[in-house]
Amino acid sequence: MHKEDQALIFELSKRGRVGYSLPEMDVPEVDVSELLPEGYLRAEEAELPEVSELDIMRHYTALSKRNHGVDSGFYPLGSCTMKYNPKINENVARFNGFAHIHPLQDESSVQGALELMYDLQEHLIEITGMDEVTLQPAAGAHGEWTGLMMIRAYHEANGDTKRTKVIVPDSAHGTNPASATVAGFETVTVKSNEHGLVDLEDLRNVVGEDTAALMLTNPNTLGLFEENIVEMAEIVHGAGGKLYYDGANLNAVLSKARPGDMGFDVVHLNLHKTFTGPHGGGGPGSGPVGVKEDLIPFLPKPVVTKQGDEYVLDYNRPHSIGRVKPYYGNFGINVRAYTYIRSMGPDGLKAVTEYAVLNANYMMRRLAPFYDLPFDRHCKHEFVLSGKRQKKLGVRTLDIAKRLLDFGYHPPTIYFPLNVEECIMIEPTETESKETLDAFCDAMIQIAKEAEENPEIVQEAPHSTVVGRLDETTAARKPILRYQKL
Amino acid sequence: MKHRYLPMTEADQKEMLDTIGVSSIQELFDDIPKSVQFKGNYNIKAAKSESALLKELTRLANKNADLKSHSSFLGAGVYDHYMPVIVDHVLSRSEFYTAYTPYQPEISQGELQAIFEFQTMICELTGMDVANSSMYDGGTALAEAAMLSAGQTRRKKVLVSSAVHPESKEVVKMYAKGQYIEVIEVPQKDGITDLEALQSMVDSDTAAVIVQYPNFFGRLEPLAEIEEVAHEQKAMFVVSSNPLALGALTPPGRFGADIVVGDAQPFGIPTAFGGPHCGYFAVTSKLMRKVPGRLVGQTTDDEGRRGFVLTLQAREQHIRRDKATSNICSNQALNALAASVAMTALGRKGVKEMALQNIQKAHYAKKVLQEKGLEIVFDGPSFNEFVVKVSNPVKEMNQALLQKGIIGGYDLGRDYPELEQHMLVAVTELRTKEEIDTFAQEMGDFHA
Repeated sequence: MHKEDQALIFELSKRGRVGYSLPEMDVPEVDVSELLPEGYLRAEEAELPEVSELDIMRHYTALSKRNHGVDSGFYPLGSCTMKYNPKINENVARFNGFAHIHPLQDESSVQGALELMYDLQEHLIEITGMDEVTLQPAAGAHGEWTGLMMIRAYHEANGDTKRTKVIVPDSAHGTNPASATVAGFETVTVKSNEHGLVDLEDLRNVVGEDTAALMLTNPNTLGLFEENIVEMAEIVHGAGGKLYYDGANLNAVLSKARPGDMGFDVVHLNLHKTFTGPHGGGGPGSGPVGVKEDLIPFLPKPVVTKQGDEYVLDYNRPHSIGRVKPYYGNFGINVRAYTYIRSMGPDGLKAVTEYAVLNANYMMRRLAPFYDLPFDRHCKHEFVLSGKRQKKLGVRTLDIAKRLLDFGYHPPTIYFPLNVEECIMIEPTETESKETLDAFCDAMIQIAKEAEENPEIVQEAPHSTVVGRLDETTAARKPILRYQKL
Repeated sequence: MKHRYLPMTEADQKEMLDTIGVSSIQELFDDIPKSVQFKGNYNIKAAKSESALLKELTRLANKNADLKSHSSFLGAGVYDHYMPVIVDHVLSRSEFYTAYTPYQPEISQGELQAIFEFQTMICELTGMDVANSSMYDGGTALAEAAMLSAGQTRRKKVLVSSAVHPESKEVVKMYAKGQYIEVIEVPQKDGITDLEALQSMVDSDTAAVIVQYPNFFGRLEPLAEIEEVAHEQKAMFVVSSNPLALGALTPPGRFGADIVVGDAQPFGIPTAFGGPHCGYFAVTSKLMRKVPGRLVGQTTDDEGRRGFVLTLQAREQHIRRDKATSNICSNQALNALAASVAMTALGRKGVKEMALQNIQKAHYAKKVLQEKGLEIVFDGPSFNEFVVKVSNPVKEMNQALLQKGIIGGYDLGRDYPELEQHMLVAVTELRTKEEIDTFAQEMGDFHA
């Protein structure tokens, strides 16, 4: 072990220590061998750590100090919308009446929960311009798959069984083609043009009788609004396909343009992005799906509806695609998103997008003299730079990202989207102050200068983190995926 | 617009617009075609101040009958368990909950190490070689296990026991539909998978045999026998398992399972109206490179310091795109952390003790219900749930129980037409003798 290594909890374990306080055993006990068949009582105990409560708290506190969150510092990770996670959300989600209710309780005993879900659906319907919303999908990718399964069911219900292909732009998130595959479709890629937008000619070429849907993020992953969206919708609808909206970038268009008005038939939202469910180190998320009228029959069941003054779970949905998840979705995240929407209101949500877009354009203009700007036009909530110029000096985008760690920042998304060389994708969000944006831009400018004058300092970065660059090749070649006692 | 989450001032705005070279924010949206521009404001509820909103939402929450102020005998996949108080203190460290997926390992060592520890604990409990960093929940994890099996065996049929959680079965069928895989249900007999029927159904087209342990009725499936049937035809043996039960029960890995999945909700994760919970996914080392979702591996930096990274990413959607076999991206990392803290607090001794308390208390509840004249159906070795036959519709009984501050068991008639007026009762370590006695008394009174 290296002297700076952080101990694993298993290395702190000592036989005989406990960290728990179980309820009293107040019922008469029976010899357990009488209750279990032979061979079913565990012979060797699971080697879980044995530590005291203070050991646990110190261990996880030490780990937390080795982790960077939005509360630690600026986190301009493109496409991820790393905005502030309001603390009221955390309090509300922990209310006994939300955190400690069972999904299979009698509906009469969970009217408050159903009311919240119903009202959240209503808010999301208005925000997206769709006709109905389901809260069941657990995350964005899960929502994509749910939406595509509904589109499949729709075409099948029309006897339109030849529609086996889903069109995806080359700039799309990796989940789009993967979701299409998992939903049983083949993926067809449509190219972007020199302006970073979907090439209309190529779209006309790839649509046809076999088109089930086009999946689109708008603004796209370059942060550019697909300004031909009306024509694109006509092309896809004209061929009998459906238009799917990947809501990952909804933060860019709140109160400015609604997917439903742009012609989209199905939308998924990432409540953990736009609506501040925290990212949690990778999850849990929540990926509600909104649909237009003609797809409503296919929504996953149950659907939360209102009958008179009562909120009910409607299971009587003969055309429903079925269930995409046990119970009703990631309710705890939905509670947080609802709390956020109610904290912002209509004026607040409009300001969210205006400030997010203003911040992104400001940073883009400040950085444009120092990095290549592949698409020189107004961006939406995020923008991409290219590290091509720095690459010629021997400094790769990865190096720039690692150097930013020394300044206390989480780097932007890098090498995505795939259609921009040495891509650096920056999304500041609306919750960051001008001072923060300026300080980050100053750091980026300094790194650009370092690349010219002192490239080693960038190439060898980071210099200040608890570990340096890690050997990922060996990690993948000889995987160690669990602790083994020596 | 003044709001506590929005630091923009008028002066900032002016300076920024000048730098960009536009005169208004609206100009930045001019590329949106006029015909699809949204004019005005959303027609949604007006913003509320922090205190007013807290009051409103407190009232809304109070409309629900929560498990903390009621005594619950409802399980069916989601359980009211001891949650060490320390769990929420760790989760509230915002370095964890406000972080994204640990793609920058140098500043994500805390999360990565915590997940590495989670993977280890899941391996220990399940008796498997490799566990991933989490799935959405037990149901979708089971569906992914079915898909993995089909891919691995290149077969297109999976057999699912009728005694698997009905909602998980529905999810398996949904995923299977996407992949054109056939799902066939194996009947249950006396509350466990019908071995004879299974034997006759497994053939050389079978990708997987899927059972639950303890099963939906709380019973222990005869894993040793089922394993033989599955492997005889080279089908994958997939077990969905409550990880708490594995504190006391011989783990599926010991019975030769190829894939073990389930939900870690019993470890420190609130019921939360059904989610977010925390699926886990564990496999033999042979299947390591086929696991869906994220995996954390140990490595070193150039100075020999131990560190952790996301690894074997060539399996994942952001690399493989349309060649990926799973589309999972976000997972349940924060809840995996919660489960880790709870498993750590319980430790080697506590997890066994807690599991045994469940067995003992459920056994006691069976006994007192029988004393009150109720019949235990499918009686046999079980964990913390069992089936009671009742003389009234379960929904009516539950509504009456609710008046007494009790949340009754699950109405099995909802999923099994032959089990109308059968209640699935869960008794965890949290139920006191007094609560169990009262529940039995009330149930007996209805029955009489």
